[in-house]
Amino acid sequence: MADPMRIRAQAAGDKTTVRVLMAHEMEGGQRKDAAGKIVPAWYIQEVTATHNGKTVLTAEWGPAVSKNPFLQFVVKGAKAGDKIAVNWKDNKGDTRSDEATVS
Amino acid sequence: MRMTKTLSLIAMLSLAGTAAWAQKSAVQSIEEYRLMLQDGNPADLFEAKGEALWKQKRGPKNASLEQCDLGKGPGVFKGAFVELPRFFADTNRVQDMESRLLTCMETLQGLNAAEIAKTPFGRGEQNNVTALATWLAAESKDKKFNLSQSHAQEKVFYEVGKRLFFQRGGAHDFSCASCHGQDNTRIRLQDLPNLTKNPGDGVGFAAWPAYRVSNGQMWGMQQRLNDCYRQQRFPYPGFGSDATIALGVYLGVNSKGSVSIAPAIKR
Amino acid sequence: MQTRRQALKKSAVVAGLLASTGLFPQFAFAAYNTAAFEAKNIQDALKALGAGAPVESKDITVTGPDIAENGAVVPLGVSTTLAGVKSMLIMVEKNPASLTALFHMTDSVEPSFSTRAKMGQSSDVYAIALMGDGKVLFAKKEVKVTLGGCGG
Repeated sequence: MADPMRIRAQAAGDKTTVRVLMAHEMEGGQRKDAAGKIVPAWYIQEVTATHNGKTVLTAEWGPAVSKNPFLQFVVKGAKAGDKIAVNWKDNKGDTRSDEATVS
Repeated sequence: MRMTKTLSLIAMLSLAGTAAWAQKSAVQSIEEYRLMLQDGNPADLFEAKGEALWKQKRGPKNASLEQCDLGKGPGVFKGAFVELPRFFADTNRVQDMESRLLTCMETLQGLNAAEIAKTPFGRGEQNNVTALATWLAAESKDKKFNLSQSHAQEKVFYEVGKRLFFQRGGAHDFSCASCHGQDNTRIRLQDLPNLTKNPGDGVGFAAWPAYRVSNGQMWGMQQRLNDCYRQQRFPYPGFGSDATIALGVYLGVNSKGSVSIAPAIKR
Repeated sequence: MQTRRQALKKSAVVAGLLASTGLFPQFAFAAYNTAAFEAKNIQDALKALGAGAPVESKDITVTGPDIAENGAVVPLGVSTTLAGVKSMLIMVEKNPASLTALFHMTDSVEPSFSTRAKMGQSSDVYAIALMGDGKVLFAKKEVKVTLGGCGG
């Protein structure tokens, strides 16, 4: 399983800014290895975020998103103590899910 | 407030008579780019890993690193980073953060320090050392460097580091000083700090470990020095060697009083 | 570019698509739109998404540095003050495939997203909003890159 994400969710009034760092190679499929062969593409394709279990965001990514991706979005109507969960799935079918509490 | 500023700027512009004043310089734009990267530093991921490793029971002795003495007493990790390298009585040598981690990994956990030192960066236990160094640096973030020069060995290492800093050699006849020995030097758009004196907060020694976006790797000071030697076409002195520690002492003592921003994010 | 007739035709297609479940993955994830992410330019990517001709709009904001010191990591953001957004896209015109990221809106998030992308060379970066009424609005900004971020 991939390394854990770092999720920070800070509430300011009705808006909660969520910042996520995901541990992932995000190999674009453009690079060549030392032998000259293309390093196969390996990247997160789908990202979803939930607030107290309810889906608030779904996103699709291509291989151009940077390695160890950063994502920031703003959730409406969350308050301190609520749970924000983020999960991703990559093109190989690997997944990772992590949760944070809104502060 | 802003009105007055705008008016005086317009006045300046008309006096100066050139449009150049109003344009952002390339250096300013790069500064903005670097600032944009500060929030959401992937070094965070390595910090998390490092913290977990500190507490995790590992190795033949099935022990954690929580009793590791980084110079401020067993288990004290806050503030340790900004006092390293320093002399350690138990090993009778001056050590930096990464070599000290190897000492603890061997004595407390039973792992083989020599083997880890020989392991290339980015592989096996080296990744763990990097993660630990990243977390430990974070535990001293925003503190000021305060390396000791009270022990005789610490003073010797400073002088050795200084000598090594200026020593020219290799195919290009480079020394560290070739790039870092004077003010106002740069390679392309990369400013090169003058490391013969205090380069200021968060610069040089105060900026490593750092996450390098160009290759998506987390680098500790040992790897930074390794790469400097590679760029000079020198053979690398070896992980945790006296040479690299001496350079660390020279750089660290020169940085006394400046604020550490490690773990940083860099090109 | 497209003729008005083509643009109107597209709108009808878009309306039809929007009526189906294709662009509204609320709970179950809709199939990953491979075609859109493989499209070599902005027009083809929009076509694959069933979107019509994009119109520049002052209500869309694209954020990013003027110069990126390294193309491997370029912070880019898209946002809008408008209501009725169905999804927001980040596109890098000169990348091997233009579509970088696609964010599907729900009522619980603001139409404002930031991430970091690889840019192979200096290029215009587009923030595009696919609106519920079928409109496709965009803003663009040039980002210069001093070292490409695709091949190392």
